[in-house]
Amino acid sequence: MSTVQAVSAPAKKPALPRRIPSSSLQQLLIFGTWIVLLIGFSIADPHFMRMGNIVALLLASAVTGIQALGVTFTIATGGIDITPGLGMAMTGVITAMCMVTFHLPIWLAVIIGILSGAILGWVNGLLIAGFKMQPMIATLAMMLVAQGAALVLSGSKPVYTTDEVGFDQIARGTQLFGIPNAVWIFLGLAVISWIILNKTRLGRYALAMGSNEEATRMSGVNVRRWKWAIYVLAGSYTGLSGVVMTSRLSAAQPATGSGYEMYAIAAAVIGGASLAGGRASIVGTVIGALIITTINNGLQILSVPDPWQKIFLGIVVVAAVLVDLYRQHNQKKVK
Amino acid sequence: MTESASQERLLLEAKGITKRFPGVLALDGVSLSIRPGEVHALMGENGAGKSTLMKIIGGIYQPDGGELLLNGKPYTPKGPADAQSQGVSLIHQELNLVPDLTVAQNIFLGREPMGAGLLSEDKAVKQATELLHRIGVTFDARTLVRDLPVASQQMVEIAKAISFDSQLLVMDEPTAALTDREVEALFKLIHDFVSPTTAVIYISHRMEELMQISDRITVFRDGRFVKELKTEDTSRDEIVRLMVGRKITAYDRPENVRDPDATPTLEVRHITNAMVKDASFSVYPGEILGFGGLAGAGRTELARAIIGADPKTSGEILVDGKPVTIRRPSDAVDAGIAYLSEDRKQFGLVLDETINDNVAIASLKDFTSKIGLIRDRDIAKTAKKYIGALSIKTPSATQQVKNLSGGNQQKVVIAKWLARNSKVLIFDEPTRGIDVGAKQEIYTLLDQLVQEGHCVVVISSELEELIRVSDRILVMCNGSITGELSHKEATQERIMELATTFRK
Repeated sequence: MSTVQAVSAPAKKPALPRRIPSSSLQQLLIFGTWIVLLIGFSIADPHFMRMGNIVALLLASAVTGIQALGVTFTIATGGIDITPGLGMAMTGVITAMCMVTFHLPIWLAVIIGILSGAILGWVNGLLIAGFKMQPMIATLAMMLVAQGAALVLSGSKPVYTTDEVGFDQIARGTQLFGIPNAVWIFLGLAVISWIILNKTRLGRYALAMGSNEEATRMSGVNVRRWKWAIYVLAGSYTGLSGVVMTSRLSAAQPATGSGYEMYAIAAAVIGGASLAGGRASIVGTVIGALIITTINNGLQILSVPDPWQKIFLGIVVVAAVLVDLYRQHNQKKVK
Repeated sequence: MTESASQERLLLEAKGITKRFPGVLALDGVSLSIRPGEVHALMGENGAGKSTLMKIIGGIYQPDGGELLLNGKPYTPKGPADAQSQGVSLIHQELNLVPDLTVAQNIFLGREPMGAGLLSEDKAVKQATELLHRIGVTFDARTLVRDLPVASQQMVEIAKAISFDSQLLVMDEPTAALTDREVEALFKLIHDFVSPTTAVIYISHRMEELMQISDRITVFRDGRFVKELKTEDTSRDEIVRLMVGRKITAYDRPENVRDPDATPTLEVRHITNAMVKDASFSVYPGEILGFGGLAGAGRTELARAIIGADPKTSGEILVDGKPVTIRRPSDAVDAGIAYLSEDRKQFGLVLDETINDNVAIASLKDFTSKIGLIRDRDIAKTAKKYIGALSIKTPSATQQVKNLSGGNQQKVVIAKWLARNSKVLIFDEPTRGIDVGAKQEIYTLLDQLVQEGHCVVVISSELEELIRVSDRILVMCNGSITGELSHKEATQERIMELATTFRK
């Protein structure tokens, strides 16, 4: 049977779990980085490890984390989505106005908020998969549209949801182990995202088209339709992030959100997603989001001025991308 | 013969298929008859239309005219997936796999086995493993395709094609990347696959393979059907003759005389890399050296290795007898070696810019004044000189290059390198995309360049052209130089023979 010994690539050991080398190793590496950061900040300032701060840190990670999960899917296809930041402002305003202006029940407002994000994603998909626009340009344009829509709808004023009894519980309720619900939403969404990326055709095709779009098309996959679906999915994550953010602040702030998309993209890239497409990891993205928030939170505790925090985060992203490039380079050599 | 064919039951029949691409008639009313139970080889030179017809059969292209019948019924595949669902699978010349997915995931891409509404990795791996066993390979179905050697990737393509329960399997150069043992395994696989209801169309340039594996052979030439033969009744010689076929237009070119004691302008010693095996040659002042061979023989790869566009694992390069170190294309340009890519629009020209800009772009340093400003007047003067010398047809030197014809664009590229004082000009397919009349002009220009003391290397897949322009011809096959022919010795048959001499 084994007439073609020369063809067999790595030694055959079907019993062992494979692919330990690259992806798991990197996840281990970034997990280690996070631990080192946590230890470093606790030594630098004992206040860091207080329960109150840890809860605040986790709460802050939820919004960036939810957006990073969405962005992970678009990056997997070889695309990008920079609408999450300002899209969050728009979907937050819509959610809040559903309750405050139109007096809709909370559950319906939440659904409409998420749907408005999905619609934003649908338009992204139309431009990118339908009209073959560059993802960066298409989502840049839609980012501006979302920002404008948030300001127009709200009349450029914050929409306060303090009178909507129970709405703040969506993000801030601490029914489970004293950890805010926003964190549970983030982690629950991570589990769902992991299943979508690894166990459904949507995730499989996203990675496949990111790795070799032509071959995927040749295999009879309707690349246009599935890519479109990915942007709708990512948009609905943006919608959810708007709901969570509004609940957390008890207000929809139409003028905020700018820059969140960069944290989301950075989290995905730190987590091992390749901007060239074809590679992405949900576990990595979750840890990536935690790393980003830990750095922000830790530097705040150490009273490092905000501009310096940004510079530091930039360096972290560059380091993550360099690790990724180094790994790709080695892979090429193997070939 | 056509009579008997029409009485037989045919698995696939192509009748009068025509396919036109901008400027080219790729297929001109070709026919092909595939009987069930046979391995049918399709032969022809590069550009004969084999791959185009296969892509039509595989649903990738739609024909402009003619008719396809599958089992006697009209067959009009709308895409690769549609062709596959009708039992026709195409194994491409180029690999079409997704590198970041596993072997199993690739095989079932687009029709993933499901379990409980989710993808079932276990099922995919189990079925893929069975398939891999069937074709006699032993690697793990959970390996990432990226981590497999090219030959194994080819086997994955084959496993994928087989998995469709195909009745017709089209293999376009499947053995290009395989070792002898793998080829053997593939042939066994083909034998196992062929049953009274199935057939294989097999395209390869390796003559020995075709004689061994095929039952019938159809020969194409220049987009036309030439002949169908039974393999047992024919010979290698007859096939080569049919492939080359066309009458050779007699042309007496003045043989460029080279000084026997001259130092070679360019000498290449033992260049080796992933695609080139130990290539050595010299080009002397006043001669045109031709490189013949089939697509993928390693000629372009050799040129790219020489100019430093691709890495070389070993080898030396000497210009005018002195060793030069070339690590990147700019080193080659500094050493006086210019490479004129076949893809002028991508690599040779800045299409939106003017003739002036394009002529100057490689030697801007020479056109810059001491304080760093570009001297446009000198550029215009130089461009004007070359427009005259190379008779570039254009209303003015400020014409955008994209508005010129192919032949004149090629001349602009030549002017660019002459302005840079290049000694050696390596032309890759110098007349690709250039119409017949302008071709002659380019040929004359090549002679003119040599007479002015430049040295010219021409890579060409058009045999006629190669014989027409070269004083000497080196033929490559599978990364090695397999022979040298003088202008007098060179015939299309001899070149084809050397071009299909596969060395171990």
